Amino acid sequence: MAETAQPRPMDAHIDDAASRRDFLLIAASTLTGIGAAITVWPLIDSMEPAKDTLALSSIEVDLAPVQLGQRLTVKWRGSPVFIDHRTPEEIKAAESVDVASLRDPQPDSARVKKAEWLIVRGVCTHLGCVPLGQKSTDPRGDYGGWFCPCHGSQYDTSGRIRLGPAPKNLEVPAYEFVSDGKVKIG
Amino acid sequence: MRRLSYALLGAALVALPVAAQQQQQQKQPAPEAAQQSSPQAEAEPSLPKQSWSFDGPFGTYDRASVQRGFQLYSEVCSQCHSMNLLHYRDLGPNGPGGGIGYSEDEVKAIAATPFINGKQVTDGPNDQGEMFQRPGRPYDKFISPFDNPEQAAATYGAVPPDLSLIIKARAGGADYVYDLLVGYKDPPPGFKMGPGNMNYDEYFPGHQIAMPPPLTDDRVQYQDGTKATTDQEARDITSFLAWASEPTMEVRKRTGVKVLIFLLFMTGVLYAAKRKIWLDVH
Amino acid sequence: MAAPRSQNKIVRWIDHRLPVFTFMEHELNDYPTPRNLSYWWNFGSLAGIVLMIMIVTGIFLAMQYTPHVDYAFDSVERIMRDVNYGWLMRYLHMNGASFFFILVYIHLFRGLFYGSYKTPRELLWMLGVVILLLMMATAFMGYVLPWGQMSFWGATVITSLFSAIPVVGDPIVHWLWGGFAVDNPTLNRFYSLHYLLPFIIVAVVGLHLIALHQHGSGNPLGIDSKGPQDSIPFHPYYTVKDMFGLGVFLIIYAAFVFYMPNALGDPQNYIQANPLQTPAEIVPEWYFLPFYAMLRSVPDILFVPAKLAGVIAMFASIFVLFFLPWLDTSRVRSAHFRPVYKWVFWLLVIDCIVLGWVGAHRPEGFYVVVGRLGTLYYFFHFLILFPLIGWFERPLPLPTSIAAAVTPKGGGRLAGAARPMEKP
Repeated sequence: MAETAQPRPMDAHIDDAASRRDFLLIAASTLTGIGAAITVWPLIDSMEPAKDTLALSSIEVDLAPVQLGQRLTVKWRGSPVFIDHRTPEEIKAAESVDVASLRDPQPDSARVKKAEWLIVRGVCTHLGCVPLGQKSTDPRGDYGGWFCPCHGSQYDTSGRIRLGPAPKNLEVPAYEFVSDGKVKIG
Repeated sequence: MRRLSYALLGAALVALPVAAQQQQQQKQPAPEAAQQSSPQAEAEPSLPKQSWSFDGPFGTYDRASVQRGFQLYSEVCSQCHSMNLLHYRDLGPNGPGGGIGYSEDEVKAIAATPFINGKQVTDGPNDQGEMFQRPGRPYDKFISPFDNPEQAAATYGAVPPDLSLIIKARAGGADYVYDLLVGYKDPPPGFKMGPGNMNYDEYFPGHQIAMPPPLTDDRVQYQDGTKATTDQEARDITSFLAWASEPTMEVRKRTGVKVLIFLLFMTGVLYAAKRKIWLDVH
Repeated sequence: MAAPRSQNKIVRWIDHRLPVFTFMEHELNDYPTPRNLSYWWNFGSLAGIVLMIMIVTGIFLAMQYTPHVDYAFDSVERIMRDVNYGWLMRYLHMNGASFFFILVYIHLFRGLFYGSYKTPRELLWMLGVVILLLMMATAFMGYVLPWGQMSFWGATVITSLFSAIPVVGDPIVHWLWGGFAVDNPTLNRFYSLHYLLPFIIVAVVGLHLIALHQHGSGNPLGIDSKGPQDSIPFHPYYTVKDMFGLGVFLIIYAAFVFYMPNALGDPQNYIQANPLQTPAEIVPEWYFLPFYAMLRSVPDILFVPAKLAGVIAMFASIFVLFFLPWLDTSRVRSAHFRPVYKWVFWLLVIDCIVLGWVGAHRPEGFYVVVGRLGTLYYFFHFLILFPLIGWFERPLPLPTSIAAAVTPKGGGRLAGAARPMEKP
């Protein structure tokens, strides 16, 4: 194969020409790099949740049909949310626990906005199973809240972990009451 | 010789898209539904061109017109035509392309109000295992006037096409839809109309369309007070349908400006770099 | 430019175990390339880059697409409306297919004009034809995926062609379909294969480049490099020239993607597939039109029915390309020195364009005549003209060397005969 040809050597005016050439080449490379980065961004961004997913990222729930002592399950962002219309006894039980003794210390007041409405994500903080306790026929464990059948975690009437392997209390999602009868979750 | 090649290539590159656009605009629009094409159809009249706010590389949607068109859809067209690819939230600020100017609250109200066809969303099954009806919510699709195409065919004799993409799905695009809507007239003498309740239209392929003329003067009372002539209504519904076919068009064109400016600049710098590097070869 | 071993310790550590850096150094920095390549030599690298663009956009689109007859069309519209930048990825992919073919067709015709297929580059050429075939299969299957009217009916027409094969035709078609018509099984297998084939294309492109590097690029003069004065290193000369060419290409590509994204497509594909209603005209994408014209032009020939004859003609039109290195009997590569072939080449170009125009129309009346003449000419050109012209043509005298032809000091008459390739 023919050997590589050497470009003809440039003369004394190299330095000027060379530095101009370097600047040009730096500019060219930089622009190309910017171009590549600009191209990559839309591809990465396309993996973000799309508009239809975001449209379901908050839901409004009508609380009127949920009687005192009843529990409602709704689907939010792909997993269940437990809505508990707590009885005065349940509220009292939740408030009278010694917070310091809890694995994940949290007073009940920090977990509710209106005491009679407990809203928590129905996902066990151990490994993600859905705890039992929403139906009146379900076992609720010894603390009156929820019982996770997978590994035996038990939650109280504030959704806090009391027994079993789960490390944290049931997560309280962002929510707000939009009118007396409705709550907006997410 | 080389110059000839360059000239041909350049001509081809320019002619190709121009020809493609011409082809698309003047090509015979595809016959619709199952209706018979009239055997007497001779040379179709060419589509009169219109000018639209969304034409050209800097075109945008006229939101006032699009909103009036939406009002027409909800009060007239939705009697028979579905728009299954649209959601109510598309009309608001979280919609593709930023919507058509309604706020989130207005979108909620629009979703909860049935179209002229009166239908509600079928949801469920509930805890009893039954399906139930409920008003629309922003994340619902536009409620369809019929449950399935067979129901439409049974009711109307033909299936009114879904309108979500109608502008992109017809050769001639917005011009075709507008011309068709204002193109209803009496059949010329000697023209034999087919069986069934067909209507003569100047621009529909075959001239016989199952849809009766949907627009008349003051068919609706525009919320913004614009006078509702047939022509105004045809323009507004076409604007709305154009937006519905491609809500992201404005984003596309705006992005295009930035991309092309960048590319022109980058290519210029690269050309200078190329010339610099090649100096010692020449 | 000498090739110094890198001082960087990390580079040397890797290179000692996996010689990527030596490989790059050899293939880019050291690799000698004829100094007189024109811009017609940019199209190979452009095609390679568009292949990368198609794969990347395709992968991200595949994250959002649903390959089921009830959801496919809607999933594409979801991409257009709800997915961030979905409209951009879709239009890039859709127009990228068209531009991929534009670039490859120009690259192919460059080869025809400059004798790039001639010895010792026969296999390089044949690998290129394989790439073209794979591209056509990939594009055909990809067009089915949006499940529009043209997707469905185009798939029906083209897969039904195989029923023309005697005896086993129908069983083959049912096997292709996975059923008794184009339906969900067909869509799913096309999706799988459409994802797979581009990676096979990448592999064949790799072989194509290996074959290229065996003997290096051809050049507009068609004569071999005689020494170091005829070559320059690929980097930086052709890297920067390729980058500039890429810039020009991207401008044209962007003009389509952002301002005329549907100009090359068919509006009817924005209507969801309806197996009970055939469109008035079933037309493939523009890059298939010449072949479509040939398919529909051929009448009954002797005992061969028109349908089968058309299929044979269509496939033959590509297979004849494999044999070009042997069909062309000329000893001279570049058409610049072939006064007869130089003009006949343009007849082929015109013929292909005419066939494309025929393919876009219904096969009635005038179009049938033109289509048949065009098809006849196509095969006449390759099977008759190529060998004959090679035998009888008297080529112009070739320059002594590339350097002699392109530098001003090169020998009198020859330097004048060969055009200066680059203006300073």
